[in-house]
Amino acid sequence: MFTALFVMTGIALVLGAGLGFASIKFKVEGDPLVDKIDAILPQTQCGQCGFPGCRPYATAIAGGEAEINQCPPGGEEGIRKLADLLGREFKPLSEEHGVEKPKSVAIIDENTCIGCTLCIQACPVDAIVGAAKQMHTIVASECTGCELCLAPCPVDCITMEPIAETVDTWKWRYPVFQIAPAALDTARQEA
Amino acid sequence: MLRKLFKFHGGVKPQTNKEQSTTAPIAAVPLPDRLVIPLHQAVGGHPRPLVQPGDRVFKGQRIGGADGSLSSAVHASTSGLVRAVAPAVMPHTSGLTTLSVIIEPDGEDRWGELDKVNYRSTPPDELRDFLRDAGVVGLGGAVFPSYAKLKPGKEGKLKTLVINGAECEPFITCDDMLMRERAGDMLKGILAMRHMLQAEEVLIGIEDNKPQAVAAVQAAIAASGQSGIEAVAIPTRYPAGGAKQLIRVLTGIEVPHGRRSTDFGVQCFNVGTAYSIYEALELGRPLISRLVTVAGNVNAPRNYDVLIGTPMDHLVRLAGPRADTDRYIMGGPMMGVRMPAFDVPVVKATNCILVGSEAMFPAPAPEMPCIRCGECAKACPADLAPFELYWFSRSKNFGKAQEYHLFDCIECGCCSFVCPSHIPLVDYYRFSKSEIWAREREKEAADAARDRFEFKNHRQEREKLEKAEKLAAKAAATREKVAADGATAPAPGSDAATPAKPAPDAAKRALIEAAMEKARQQKAQAAPKNTDQLSPDVQAEIADIEARREIVAKPAASPLPPQDA
Ligand code: SF4
Ligand code: SF4
Ligand code: SF4
Ligand code: SF4
Repeated sequence: MFTALFVMTGIALVLGAGLGFASIKFKVEGDPLVDKIDAILPQTQCGQCGFPGCRPYATAIAGGEAEINQCPPGGEEGIRKLADLLGREFKPLSEEHGVEKPKSVAIIDENTCIGCTLCIQACPVDAIVGAAKQMHTIVASECTGCELCLAPCPVDCITMEPIAETVDTWKWRYPVFQIAPAALDTARQEA
Repeated sequence: MLRKLFKFHGGVKPQTNKEQSTTAPIAAVPLPDRLVIPLHQAVGGHPRPLVQPGDRVFKGQRIGGADGSLSSAVHASTSGLVRAVAPAVMPHTSGLTTLSVIIEPDGEDRWGELDKVNYRSTPPDELRDFLRDAGVVGLGGAVFPSYAKLKPGKEGKLKTLVINGAECEPFITCDDMLMRERAGDMLKGILAMRHMLQAEEVLIGIEDNKPQAVAAVQAAIAASGQSGIEAVAIPTRYPAGGAKQLIRVLTGIEVPHGRRSTDFGVQCFNVGTAYSIYEALELGRPLISRLVTVAGNVNAPRNYDVLIGTPMDHLVRLAGPRADTDRYIMGGPMMGVRMPAFDVPVVKATNCILVGSEAMFPAPAPEMPCIRCGECAKACPADLAPFELYWFSRSKNFGKAQEYHLFDCIECGCCSFVCPSHIPLVDYYRFSKSEIWAREREKEAADAARDRFEFKNHRQEREKLEKAEKLAAKAAATREKVAADGATAPAPGSDAATPAKPAPDAAKRALIEAAMEKARQQKAQAAPKNTDQLSPDVQAEIADIEARREIVAKPAASPLPPQDA
């Protein structure tokens, strides 16, 4: 009887000590959940979710302060991934936060630009180059399409252009929607 | 042959349909009215254009320069006038355009100056640069720049160089005809590759349905007197011409999932590539033409030696297309892709133009549910589980598809060929692969954006800090100056009993006074404008106003007005 008690207590102590040690030894720096959520968010940094960037939104989701359907650039797929990760129910994108748009980049009309630098200050990813009173240009490969530079421009010279498909970015369609026959009909007429 | 051959898993035996196009020898093609040469024809970077509209070019002149770490040059296929450097529809299912050089031939077909190279006396690095600038790429269909594969690996030598003359896909016979008619020159190219790779042995694998090609290559080897080279007839079984499958058959080496054959001391090249390496090194001719099989719904299927950039319909017209022709397929019936238009150009990847019609390739029967019969897994030469890949691709579960080695799928089509439910399995895999690539690009872009965003925040923080520091430093400097001034001046009323407390007060007051003094001086300096040339009337008016101001200012300046007391 007592031996059994001792054995059980002993095991409990040893395991408890082991767990305690492990929790110190393998302590994770930062919040892994926030990192995981942040990895799903598109990093457009547009603030449409109501937070000043993707990471703050990730932190809010992890803290249960925000819904998972507030990020328009991430779209439906992003919401699905968040739902999967967090074990929550999928919800359609909340309308008050915006709509999913095709991916675009900002283009500055370089003849109209007055070089005021306001857009440079607005751009969250430093995708605009230029100096005071010099014409500004957007580095298309760095632009996330967040649209934050549109509003500050005093002469409205920035527009959003959807990114055109190239052979390098072209994707095979889901087999159900076959587009080849339509394309060929036009070819036949030409020939 | 006494060589022991091995078997690869799976494979199918479709009808070969090769006899029709091998009855006549390789034919030349009359110059078309216009050549459309896409700059991006090989795996890797987009070559940059080196010519402008209006330029005259020679045959073989470089018109696109290799760009980036993996890229291959592009050349004018004939002499003539550059009409445009503009986007043109490319031979790709998407029907998208790509930057192309459009040349109007002058009919002279005049070569520019040709550089030859003696590969035995040239260092390997220079040879590789030479082949890159000669635009030599894999002509089996993958168009991978050959120079990047001509590296002997870590040990400085290769065990086996495999030359792929299997040509397993139905209808295609361009490699067969090349070996029959040009075996000797092809062999010279193989010897050059062997030299560059320091390969111990060379095995040329040819399917046994091409006895004439096997005989021609064996005769050429015998004539050259080289040892360690062997032309091996292998059993006809699709896809014996897949690189991993051919290596398996010839050497018995099973290249595992996710590994490369070079890890096992084997490298594989197509026979057409060997021939163009011969042309580049020994004749100095860059890759400007290739053999193309025209087969299918034509009266006289045949192989042609075609200039890169020739419109496909120009070529097909020579073979007599039948009236009901409604499609061109680039490649064969198993792996080929449908062309978006008839006048797309022949490119380096074009081994065959399969002319088709509704009658010849009827629309596939409607897709039915997968019954999990496992036929596809039995047929898969890459040892995959095609139906699992299909399920994951269909449900867009791309992570799982990758776990099941989606990227080892060579899109050979064996699985679709045998599937009793007529599922277009390869279409699903292509869809999955391009979705995964797109996601990887997006992920990279997102990671870059995150870094840049964090950097910008960090920079703003730092700038704010720097600004604050600068302000603090300036304030401290002024304070010091004032303190120094205060110390030199006699301090009236400074009491010995309370030395600590009034001192900061005094300092502060002095600071304020200094600032006010500065402001006063600035104000005095800012002379009013428009007072130089005034009429006496205005002058008098101003004097009047000034006088009134003086009066108003006096009581305000007097200390302690009586109302406040
Ligand atoms: S809406 Fe989406 S992309 Fe925009 S800041 Fe919020 S999480 Fe980032
Ligand atoms: S350039 Fe404009 S749209 Fe593009 S990332 Fe910067 S602020 Fe956003
Ligand atoms: S052959 Fe077709 S039906 Fe059979 S398991 Fe494969 S995909 Fe399913
Ligand atoms: S297409 Fe891919 S999955 Fe299908 S048999 Fe060929 S290698 Fe296997």
